[in-house]
Amino acid sequence: MKKVMVGNHAVSWGARLARVEVISAYPITPQTQVVEELSEMCADGRLAARFIKVESEHSAMAACIGASAAGARAFTATSSQGLALMHEMLHWATGGRHPVVLANINRALGPGWNIWTDQTDSLSQRDTGWVQLYCETNQEVLDTTVMAFRLAETVDLPVMIVLDAFYLSHTAEPVDIPDQEVVDVFLPTREAHRKLDVNDPHAFGALVRPDSYMEMRWQQQEAMDRTHDVFEAVEREWQRLTGRRYGAIESYRARDADLLLVTSGTITSTARSVIDRRRERGDAVGLVKVKMFRPFPTAALRAALSGVSRVAVLDRNVSVGHAGIFAEELRSALYDLPPDDRPRVQGFVLGLGGRDVTPAVIDRIIDAVREDRPIEREDLWVGVNP
Amino acid sequence: MSQLMIADQVPGDELMASGHLACPGCGAPMAMRMVLKALGPKTVVVMPACCWSIIAGPWPQSSLGVPLYHTAFETGAAVASGVKAALEMRGDRQTTVMVWAGDGGTFDIGLQALSGAAERNEDIIYCCYDNEAYMNTGIQRSSATPWGAWTTTTPAAHPESNAKKDILAILAAHRIPYAATASVAYPVDLLEKVRKAKAIRGTRFLHILSPCPPGWKYEDDATVELGRMAVQTRVFPLLEVEDGVTWRFTAEHAGDAVEPYLRRQGRFRHLTADQIEGVQASVDARWAALERRVANGT
Ligand SMILES: Cc1ncc(C[n+]2csc(CCOP(=O)(O)OP(=O)(O)O)c2C)c(N)n1
Ligand code: SF4
Ligand SMILES: [Mg+2]
Repeated sequence: MKKVMVGNHAVSWGARLARVEVISAYPITPQTQVVEELSEMCADGRLAARFIKVESEHSAMAACIGASAAGARAFTATSSQGLALMHEMLHWATGGRHPVVLANINRALGPGWNIWTDQTDSLSQRDTGWVQLYCETNQEVLDTTVMAFRLAETVDLPVMIVLDAFYLSHTAEPVDIPDQEVVDVFLPTREAHRKLDVNDPHAFGALVRPDSYMEMRWQQQEAMDRTHDVFEAVEREWQRLTGRRYGAIESYRARDADLLLVTSGTITSTARSVIDRRRERGDAVGLVKVKMFRPFPTAALRAALSGVSRVAVLDRNVSVGHAGIFAEELRSALYDLPPDDRPRVQGFVLGLGGRDVTPAVIDRIIDAVREDRPIEREDLWVGVNP
Repeated sequence: MSQLMIADQVPGDELMASGHLACPGCGAPMAMRMVLKALGPKTVVVMPACCWSIIAGPWPQSSLGVPLYHTAFETGAAVASGVKAALEMRGDRQTTVMVWAGDGGTFDIGLQALSGAAERNEDIIYCCYDNEAYMNTGIQRSSATPWGAWTTTTPAAHPESNAKKDILAILAAHRIPYAATASVAYPVDLLEKVRKAKAIRGTRFLHILSPCPPGWKYEDDATVELGRMAVQTRVFPLLEVEDGVTWRFTAEHAGDAVEPYLRRQGRFRHLTADQIEGVQASVDARWAALERRVANGT
């Protein structure tokens, strides 16, 4: 069934198709429609779930963790300040190996108050150990939401689905909704690998000494390492059932390109249109879209970018004092390539706090990279009036 | 009700193992042992950071015979809400979900989540064992620390200058079905309150005074004695509140002078005679207000 819906509702539909059992969330613009729609679904019986209307995002994540620890499928959604407030519990979810799924609508952090898109909120949670999957379209949002549960429950890691404020969250697009029977086959009721059970009592999260703490983190790392293959398998099955898959990364018109853009989120769609026009003129440009940020798809990116002479990374985020975060991660991933195969990576910080990234902006970036000017700083801030 | 430990009043089942890691004389394991006896094996415990995080034993051990979820300091009530929701979604309405938190995790950093859960009337039992300071981190003051007490952040030269927060009244104001104070020195009263709480649905709150020898600075064989003195001096009255409105005393309170109680504890050693009189006056005033409340039924 096809339906025109905003990105936020694609999240709600994904959660509904996944038959989430416990939802706990707190409202924040631009996430509110996700939970409003889920409240409606719970109220009118379309979704059999308990919705815990907590008093903060910190408690939202805590309640999801409790529900997940007791064996249920748990879901929440947030943005920006709310995600930042959850920080402590994001670590708790991964350390406890709870397969909670969270949708984060990318929004800039204050001050000043800014409700528009910016990836710095989710990327600031880089080291919490969550799988992070960025989306480009509302269809991808719905599909990724359903797949996220399957992935999370296979590797016992929490998964964050990430989508741009307004460009996706409040923009309507046609979305194909898979049949519930199809999703039920793909994602049966959760069977927790371990849970709080009065018939088999155990303690979870107790004091752990230096002689075993590191082993627990190592197990998380192993689960992340496994996530590459598991994600691929999950996507392959989703493709068999629905015809759609996205890949941890996607190369677009990258063949024979001497310059590749690296993008994530909705900037990707704008960049695709720029590339299409340039290709018509015979300009050998392409792009690589990064969907999976954690675990970082190092091997796939090395394969996709090895031997390309120039790479321009478009970062709608920044680690102030260093660089755009995708650029930073990509440079370290490519560093070990043989020098002759290693592209020159230039980073561009742009679009912060929802500033528009138009085709003209991307054209200028491509022109600048082509000119091969010596650059005075590693990463250029695009369009800033100093 | 006599407070003698009458064998047939105390269930024989032990859901708490010996070999736990509390200091000698600690009131906190006494409280847990009694509460679990009354709740029985169909109980899940959610425990935010506190002395009990250590007492329960390090991974992979546990001194509890029921499932235990250790969680972050301010999240007891929120995690328990999630556990309860999950159990209900899977068709289990029998298991009791209990939060076991210290005074810091209840009066201070966890109050927001607790207020949220109480306002939603989550079907959980929230137990606060109150040792009147942050003991796990080395005896720093909390908002449960009584006026005049020494702690490591309220040194004798500038002891605690605020009155203890009235957590029972705060919870009662949420109109939850059951809220009560209790003491490790009155085990039968404690057992009865837990039994009563267990039979009710909705948020139930138990505030259990739990003396701490190193934190209060007394010899470790005086825990029960100090617990009794706290009640008999009316410093810590034993009460229960139904639906936030019906207040009732659950013990006789002799109204003994507070001075011997304070003098018994090194944390009050610096108090002058005048200051002790001040404490007595504020205990008397609070008692009078409580008596009015009980008499009015509200
Ligand atoms: C967010 C956060 N801040 C601080 C701490 C450190 N901390 C752990 S336990 C504790 C004190 C606990 O006091 P209380 O709740 O009264 O329990 P007690 O140790 O006295 O039994 C503190 C401050 C923490 N774990 N988490
Ligand atoms: S410090 Fe006090 S409360 Fe903590 S274990 Fe020791 S006696 Fe018990
Ligand atoms: Mg304490």
